[in-house]
Amino acid sequence: MKELLIGNHALARGAWEAGLRVATAYPGTPSTEIIEALAGYPEVYAEWAPNEKVALEVAIGAAIGGARSLAAMKHVGLNVAADPFMTLAYTGVNAGLVLVSADDPGLFSSQNEQDNRFYARMAQIPCLEPADSQEVKDMTALAFKLSEEYDTPVLLRLTTRIAHAYSLVELGERRELPLRDYVKDPSKYVMLPVYGKARHYVVEERRRRLEAFAETTSLNRIEWADRRVGVITAGVAYQYVKEALPGVSVLKLGLTYPLPDKLLKEFIAAVDICYVVEELEPFLEEQIRARGLKVTGKELLPRVDELNPAIVARTVGKQVAAVEPQLAPAAGDEKQDAAATEASELPARPPLMCPGCPHRGIFYTLKKLQLVVAGDIGCYTLGATAPLKAMDTCICMGASLGVAMGLEKARGADFSRQVVAVIGDSTFLHSGMTGLLDMVYNGGNGTLIILDNGTTAMTGHQQHPGTGFTVAMKPAPKADLEQIVRALGVERVQLVDSYDLEAVEKAVKEETTAAGPSVIIARRPCALLEKGVKTSCAVDELSCLGCEECLELGCPALSFNGEQAVIDPLQCNGCTLCAQVCPAQAIVKAGEAK
Amino acid sequence: MSNKVTNVLLVGVGGQGTILAGRVLARTAVAAGVEVKVSDIHGMAQRGGSVVTQLRFGPRVYAPVMTPGTADYLVAFEKLEARRWLPYLKADGMLIVNDQELPPLPVLTGAAAYPANLLAEMEELVKRMLVIDAVSLARQAGNVKTANIVLLGALAKQLPFDRESWEAALAASVPQRFLEVNQKAFQLGWEQ
Repeated sequence: MKELLIGNHALARGAWEAGLRVATAYPGTPSTEIIEALAGYPEVYAEWAPNEKVALEVAIGAAIGGARSLAAMKHVGLNVAADPFMTLAYTGVNAGLVLVSADDPGLFSSQNEQDNRFYARMAQIPCLEPADSQEVKDMTALAFKLSEEYDTPVLLRLTTRIAHAYSLVELGERRELPLRDYVKDPSKYVMLPVYGKARHYVVEERRRRLEAFAETTSLNRIEWADRRVGVITAGVAYQYVKEALPGVSVLKLGLTYPLPDKLLKEFIAAVDICYVVEELEPFLEEQIRARGLKVTGKELLPRVDELNPAIVARTVGKQVAAVEPQLAPAAGDEKQDAAATEASELPARPPLMCPGCPHRGIFYTLKKLQLVVAGDIGCYTLGATAPLKAMDTCICMGASLGVAMGLEKARGADFSRQVVAVIGDSTFLHSGMTGLLDMVYNGGNGTLIILDNGTTAMTGHQQHPGTGFTVAMKPAPKADLEQIVRALGVERVQLVDSYDLEAVEKAVKEETTAAGPSVIIARRPCALLEKGVKTSCAVDELSCLGCEECLELGCPALSFNGEQAVIDPLQCNGCTLCAQVCPAQAIVKAGEAK
Repeated sequence: MSNKVTNVLLVGVGGQGTILAGRVLARTAVAAGVEVKVSDIHGMAQRGGSVVTQLRFGPRVYAPVMTPGTADYLVAFEKLEARRWLPYLKADGMLIVNDQELPPLPVLTGAAAYPANLLAEMEELVKRMLVIDAVSLARQAGNVKTANIVLLGALAKQLPFDRESWEAALAASVPQRFLEVNQKAFQLGWEQ
């Protein structure tokens, strides 16, 4: 039976069919759906870990314990998990371990577009790159097999257009595998220097065996056609090549590390001219050139942003068309540029905080108080955009605290009175706690605001250790943020309602001026999860002065008709922030008398 | 069915239900036995931003995304988004546009003006254009949130799939308790 699946669901299915037992992850676009889908299979233990490092460590333990395991994360998540990852490459596995890295070329929902294939090369482990959902499923099964045969973790690298694109997948049945024996083996699993060095030789030997495997595996295949032009490609770029350059010979690499030396030489020798078409970095290209082989790639193709058939046609396609127009029929098409120009003349539609978002009033207050805001990763990063523009930095998960501390240490305690760190509940539990500990331990005077909306909102409302539920929606112990920050040594802790602007402002003023570290927990559930009775606010036309102060909130339910503010009752959820900022008290809750 | 790939672009504003509409279309195409690829945008871009679902079906489909100037159908859930994505439409492609204005944030805050006369401008540029007041029709169906299914109904009328497949795909895609209102919305769109 064939089903239309996104790559992430195909991956979950493939892992389940391959006898997966333990799956762990921290949510991150575009990887989130993998664990959500796996949580639906009763044979699989699935969990949201507090962060990617813990997730990978759990997967390592499970693999050593004899169960096929999987850890999934977005590209930047692997930075967090890089520590266990690099040494896992030395220890190897017992049962198969597949590490999924979902990269985000084009930065649809990320802070950078790093190319994680380099991690596979750095760790000297196999990297698989599927080109559609069927390949995702097939390669997942193969990844487990490879992992066990070569005693290595396998990096399965998806990109947004694979992870989130639907294509047809042939479903199979689950193959139940017995637990492998657990064998105590310190020389393999205890990476003391003496054992680590010995294992490094094993890594080298394993890579040589994998290089031999690369020559013969069906993961890499040549599609011979016109031999005047050859293209080496991988992942979704393969689809773009097939679309934009029909008729050229293609070497499609499914295993992009290590590379098949002989196969590359054979292919390049057999064509007149050879191109490398890959997204982001010249990962394949540089390794091919290092062999003394002549290929063309990033001289023509961009290293920034995702590719698409139009870009391939306009760059490589133009040269190919000079050889034979039929090999690149769309090469002369300049519509792509025209589209970009036309679109840039229209008002942009950037993402924004939802109506009733509990983050809005916090950033309104921080802007009003003209504070320097060290931000973090989540929906609230949108506090950086107009009209709020109340964020100064956003680096990575958990960075707000360290950045705030660094600002203070650079510019003094007086400056720190103008600085706040802002972080979400899920991000705080991911990697904010150690930053706060640093602030306490090293005598910082910073103020942290935890925006506690009770969920991991940005990625689609996943559970976390502070919500009281697991990924499978089973009740779980609920981490208490207040107790945690007190246990870390913070004495000044305030709880405020995010919708109460007066209380928020009072708390922020008190804590930024107080000596020592302090924490404000601003609490309100994500507006998208509030399904209760919905009320809305309305503008009293007799009272509205048309001062536009309410528009400073950047609420999509609020607009200006040229004279007065207008509230769209369909969008408004009655959070009353606009009523609170209105100097003329011209905004009231519907049904309430003024 | 032709041996060419058909490209459908569904554009709108995060939260308007483009993804669900795309899902019903995809299911219908799969049931017809053709190859289908769909590409959506998730994550931060979904928060009230400009969103797009790209859907391609035919005997053999490679890329999950399409090239500007190749969309056979552009279904716009909002007028400004219709104009934004118009360069994707083929010269003889069809534009189905919801007669609804959702001002983006720069317009709400007064930093930019919502372009005037969008429909008239597009009328000039497009050979085949269908303007639908999907919000009113959805309200008529019984739930204003089914505007996406109204627009899908209008698109469905143009595509080579039978009505039964659409009904089955709709039933498989929406919760049972909302099926009837969605069926009504689909029918109202189909009649346009």
